[in-house]
Amino acid sequence: MINGSEKLIDRNILVYDLILQLGIENKRYAIECNGEIIPKSEIKNRTINEGDKFEIVGAVGGG
Amino acid sequence: MKLSEQLGVGEENDIFKIGTRVFNSRLLVGTGKYKNFVETKEAIQNSGAEIVTVAIRRTNIGQNQDEPNLLEYLPASEFTYLPNTAGCFNSEDAIRTLRLARELLDGHNLVKLEVLGDKDTLYPNVIETVEAAKILVKEGFEVMVYTSDDPIIARMLEDIGCVAIMPLASLIGSGMGILNPWNLDIIIKNANVPVIVDAGVGTASDAAIAMELGCDGVLMNTAIAEAQNPIKMARAMKKAIEAGREAFLSGRMNKKLYKGSPSSPTSGLIK
Repeated sequence: MINGSEKLIDRNILVYDLILQLGIENKRYAIECNGEIIPKSEIKNRTINEGDKFEIVGAVGGG
Repeated sequence: MKLSEQLGVGEENDIFKIGTRVFNSRLLVGTGKYKNFVETKEAIQNSGAEIVTVAIRRTNIGQNQDEPNLLEYLPASEFTYLPNTAGCFNSEDAIRTLRLARELLDGHNLVKLEVLGDKDTLYPNVIETVEAAKILVKEGFEVMVYTSDDPIIARMLEDIGCVAIMPLASLIGSGMGILNPWNLDIIIKNANVPVIVDAGVGTASDAAIAMELGCDGVLMNTAIAEAQNPIKMARAMKKAIEAGREAFLSGRMNKKLYKGSPSSPTSGLIK
């Protein structure tokens, strides 16, 4: 699950590969997996497991 | 030395410090509700604001990857971001949002905490706010906190370690102005950290009144963004904040109830 939507991805890929697939590697974002933040320094070390729930956020206009 | 410098009321001595950061402008602005990012940037530049609030939301996945980004229009080299927790109705969501904001903004720790209690009025839930503030301060955040105009809650939030207390003037986005200057006065007189009116300002005089009361700053979004001409209103707000601040520092004349006092000499009148 990514941001509330189901997404099929290859087995055993890294979180970094997911970021590349989504095309957001050059954007400002923060990513959370199952409620825990994955620091940017960690995304190349973390493998995605079946059923992982990701939240990927950015900054938008607000008051 | 100029007289203004001797009295210590010159602008050069009027330091606006929030937590560990020092600012020149006492106007803080939101970045929501504008037509587009070009208008957002132009309005904010005209307001002279240095601190801009931003919201944290899910990134669009798989669509419009080339869509412009707010942070590209308002670069960190020119503005201090103040990520907020708008839309959070409990302390857990607010804490989670600000942890994500810190990761998103490379360790940036100055944040605006707001926990709402009602979807219609957007009135703050001060109990959840206090709980969230305790945890965020422990985690090293510099917390600027949106709250009601209750002086006791304001003092509790200061005691917890919040770096700025931000009471509402009236409901968020209502433009109803300053409804309870007396409570704001109590909060200001008791606070040892900046007091910033957040929410409810509708037009320039509201901002000036807040500053004349002795507020350290004003945070607004809708009053500028929903003006017919946001750019012009942004300029008006800049002037109102500066005028209100100088009026406060000047020490206004005493009010003389029911008694006029002529400004011209009463002697030497022709007979």
